Amino acid sequence: MAEKTFTVPIGPIHPALKEIESFILTVDGERVIKVDLDLGYSHRGLEYVVTHRCNPIQAIYIAERICGICSTSHPYAYVQSMEHAADITPPERAEIIRAIIAELERIHSHILWAGVAAHEIGFDTLLHWTWMIRENVLDVLETITGNRVSYAMYTIGGVRRDIDEKGIRQIRASAKYYREVFDKLVEVFVEDTTVKMRTRDIGILTREEAERQVAVGPTARGSGVPKDVRYDKPYSAYADLEIYPILPDEFTHEETKGDVYDRIVVRIFEVLQSVHILEDLCDLLETTPGPITYQQNLVVVLNQLKRAVGEGIGRHEAPRGEVFHYSMLNKREQPVVWKVRAPTYNNYASWIPMMKGAQIADIPIVIASIDPCLSCADRMTVVDERTGESKVMTLQQMREMGWRKTKEIRRRVK
Amino acid sequence: MVKRRVGMGPSPYKDDDVTYAYNGKKVIAVDGDELWRKIKENFGDEVEGEVKTFTAGVKRKKEYKEIWLKISRERFHDLVKWMNEIQPSHLAVASGRDAGEEIELIYHFSLFYGIRGREISVNVKVSLPKNDPVIDTITDVIPGALITEREKQEMLGIKVRNIPDPRRVFTSDELPEGYYPWRNDNDPEVEKEVVRDLSKEGL
Repeated sequence: MAEKTFTVPIGPIHPALKEIESFILTVDGERVIKVDLDLGYSHRGLEYVVTHRCNPIQAIYIAERICGICSTSHPYAYVQSMEHAADITPPERAEIIRAIIAELERIHSHILWAGVAAHEIGFDTLLHWTWMIRENVLDVLETITGNRVSYAMYTIGGVRRDIDEKGIRQIRASAKYYREVFDKLVEVFVEDTTVKMRTRDIGILTREEAERQVAVGPTARGSGVPKDVRYDKPYSAYADLEIYPILPDEFTHEETKGDVYDRIVVRIFEVLQSVHILEDLCDLLETTPGPITYQQNLVVVLNQLKRAVGEGIGRHEAPRGEVFHYSMLNKREQPVVWKVRAPTYNNYASWIPMMKGAQIADIPIVIASIDPCLSCADRMTVVDERTGESKVMTLQQMREMGWRKTKEIRRRVK
Repeated sequence: MVKRRVGMGPSPYKDDDVTYAYNGKKVIAVDGDELWRKIKENFGDEVEGEVKTFTAGVKRKKEYKEIWLKISRERFHDLVKWMNEIQPSHLAVASGRDAGEEIELIYHFSLFYGIRGREISVNVKVSLPKNDPVIDTITDVIPGALITEREKQEMLGIKVRNIPDPRRVFTSDELPEGYYPWRNDNDPEVEKEVVRDLSKEGL
């Protein structure tokens, strides 16, 4: 019997998910046997824009707009790289405020992801519930920074706004709130039998593969690699805290498999970790008075940067993994080199081993499981290689396949 | 209710604060200066560079180190292999720039990750002459380096020898051959064609 395989392109455009990207899957029946990625649909040439048109201060706001969800992670890494290049030390209070904003962002990002994951496997009630509890942290961010996203808090040599007593009170209240709802979050994502059956043994990334494919963030930790910049190389106020990376076996009490379920466990417990970090940072902030920037006059800062010669790297553990920026200054209005490395850039390659052997119905949750900052599936065209016939399958149809699978599992559980 | 302070305090994994265990092997971290000494020992005069020290923290200051070094392209692959034997090397990314007569690539590695506070960034610079910008692939050692190597090919016009997949990643297929966005010596006519300032066009 002749072997019959299909090529299934997914993407590149889809309005419901975050960004655009295309997958070309070769399937044999329901099983994926080969995966190819087609990237770059949303490459905006920002590195070119900054090195040709922007001064280092303007570039902060370009960095902030690389991503809407991690809109503190990129400026965080960027200002670190610039400070190293120009030999600037931000004041202590600024270091604490930077870390606070980053942790608040992690809470909202992980809860947002949990909602997306719930939607992909067909639990829309859960999607709405998680996004409802996410509002609390967004309110806190709005009070402190003035914005729900793109906070514009970071600047070279410090931060732009202080957090007053009222702000600290609100952060503490929010931490208390997430402590209270956390049990429910564990109950619905980690302890729920259907979620576990639906995500266990799906999209497996072994530890060896995660190391070889240089995966970062929860994708690597879900496979048991204890990699977290806040732990490996503490920076800013993180050096004052004792953080260890969240690995799934601590909570599942099972062997780490590196599947979708393990990645869910890592992200859910990182929410609680961020709550602890926030409480510690609030204590630290209350006992550390002082200025929030090393130089208030931006003209002075700009002049210093214009004269500086040097290079530096900035690293931050974003919700999706390590963000890496490299900047070089050489007596010019603009930075000479700026290289941005977002976590998904490293996690792309992990999709290939994850998707191999998966069913088409599992593809949406596998794609979502690395929390891509650049993903998407708009439509699937199923092409029969032998007859040349093609039929277009929408993401909605594909999702419905996924939902049907969940329903079947749920029936079996009852 | 989870009473413990999850994710805070000493690691619940045995020895994880001092060693990184994988495949039954154990990695013991060394200090940045010590690592630099070892690199010097193995590669001698073929490497030149420095160890930079930074301080982090508010009440409890902690030092961390970065190694910045330069190596010839002939020995680069050996260095990557050597580091990979210490620990499965993590390549963050390769950045690069047009340095006039040469193209300078900077590979940013991390060593000793997974060990509390001991990670060292190793930034390796390799210069390639513009008339022969060829470098060996490192995907045989670190398969995850593929995307960044493909990106350097399309952005800087270098050639990666033995790359398993030489296609473009981020730039569109319409970008003319021979135009490399990160180079400074592009044909101005082509540049005018390719780069548009939309704000000046009233868009």
